[in-house]
Amino acid sequence: MTATPAAAPLLEARGLSFRRQDEPVFAPLDFRLHAGELALVEGDNGSGKTTLLRMLAGLLHVGEGELRWRGAPLQRDATAGDILFLGHQLGLKADFSPRENLRVAASLHGCREGANAASVLARIGLRGYEDEPVRRLSAGQKKRAALARLLLLPATLWLLDEPYANLDRIGIALVNELLEGHTDAGGAAMVTSHGTVSFHGGEPRRIRMHD
Amino acid sequence: MNRPGLGTACAAMLRRDLALAWRRRGDIAMPVLYAVIVATLFPFALGPEDTLLQRIAGGVVLVTVLLAMLLALDAMFASDIEDGSLEQLVLSPQPLALLLGMKILAHWLATALPLIVIAPLLAAMLHLPGAVIPVLLLALLLATPLLSLLGAVLVALTAGTRRSGMLLALMLLPLCVPAVIFAAGAVAAAQQGLPWLAPIAWLAAALVLAVVLAPLACAAALRIALDA
Repeated sequence: MTATPAAAPLLEARGLSFRRQDEPVFAPLDFRLHAGELALVEGDNGSGKTTLLRMLAGLLHVGEGELRWRGAPLQRDATAGDILFLGHQLGLKADFSPRENLRVAASLHGCREGANAASVLARIGLRGYEDEPVRRLSAGQKKRAALARLLLLPATLWLLDEPYANLDRIGIALVNELLEGHTDAGGAAMVTSHGTVSFHGGEPRRIRMHD
Repeated sequence: MNRPGLGTACAAMLRRDLALAWRRRGDIAMPVLYAVIVATLFPFALGPEDTLLQRIAGGVVLVTVLLAMLLALDAMFASDIEDGSLEQLVLSPQPLALLLGMKILAHWLATALPLIVIAPLLAAMLHLPGAVIPVLLLALLLATPLLSLLGAVLVALTAGTRRSGMLLALMLLPLCVPAVIFAAGAVAAAQQGLPWLAPIAWLAAALVLAVVLAPLACAAALRIALDA
């Protein structure tokens, strides 16, 4: 392990941009995200929020600019599993129950210490639906089943694309609680949202997307 | 951080895909039904002449089984791409090629194995001599995984395109031909009492090559498909 200075941000972007068919999807971005911080990615529809998150997750190649992880150029092999991505497609098998979906995820990623599927599903508000096939759950419950991954899997950085979509008032509060717990524990998160989001505690950093 | 080992991850992946296949048993039955219908129709079309049926039996069973496999092939990664599971696999801290290898294995177990189980029945229906059936089974045991692996690469390559079924069939056809030639060659040689080991060995060599390379090619192709 190379010693990294304590002040090195968890994730740093320098002049980050992405082109699709030679059209820039978003203007070059510079930002730093430290451990314990929460960043809200703002922008209109089509401004590239999802593209940015997919790029940070490693699904899209980095177009131009540089990404640094803990002060060193980001290596996908080293960060795999340390970054958790939750996109529009929830990554749940409709034929499996939330419990089975979690079991598969845990056998690939591992579990947080002291976390288990039953307690995580209870916390996320799916008590009584643990063994119901996901196809029979409502859109909001599906979202919750996907969010349960965040609680079960060990990861430092959460990249959440529209985590509030389809959720009711209690669900939105729950997501805010999860984010607060995660950042308090030294994790970091980037969240995209159209709606107005109010976090308890400190004001989140805002990353504004421009065309 | 405490990551699960490769063995755990691979076993979980295999179990996951087999469980999913089992929950959709109807989809497994479809290729089997297709193979039974096609093999049954041949005697009706050609007449119940023993010598003729005997001569074509090996080839008919081989082609029927391989075509039946094609039916289920394009579903290999489709549902995982649709529901975002593939993104999660790509981002998981496990080697993608190995996970995809497990998916291909599960797909083979779910679609090709039932076909191999009924192959002796189909062969007997077409009066293939009993002594040749073990060679036919051996040829199928090597040719079907080869087709699964080659098919998986093509499915991965066409993953981004809509209505990839037609394109897939066109691309797979030339790749099927050598497998069919060697498998049918082994069966024909056995039927004539000639040594049949050489074509089987060729199939086995091709399979070994595909086992090593196909999952890597699949992983690369699917990463590219998602990166768009």
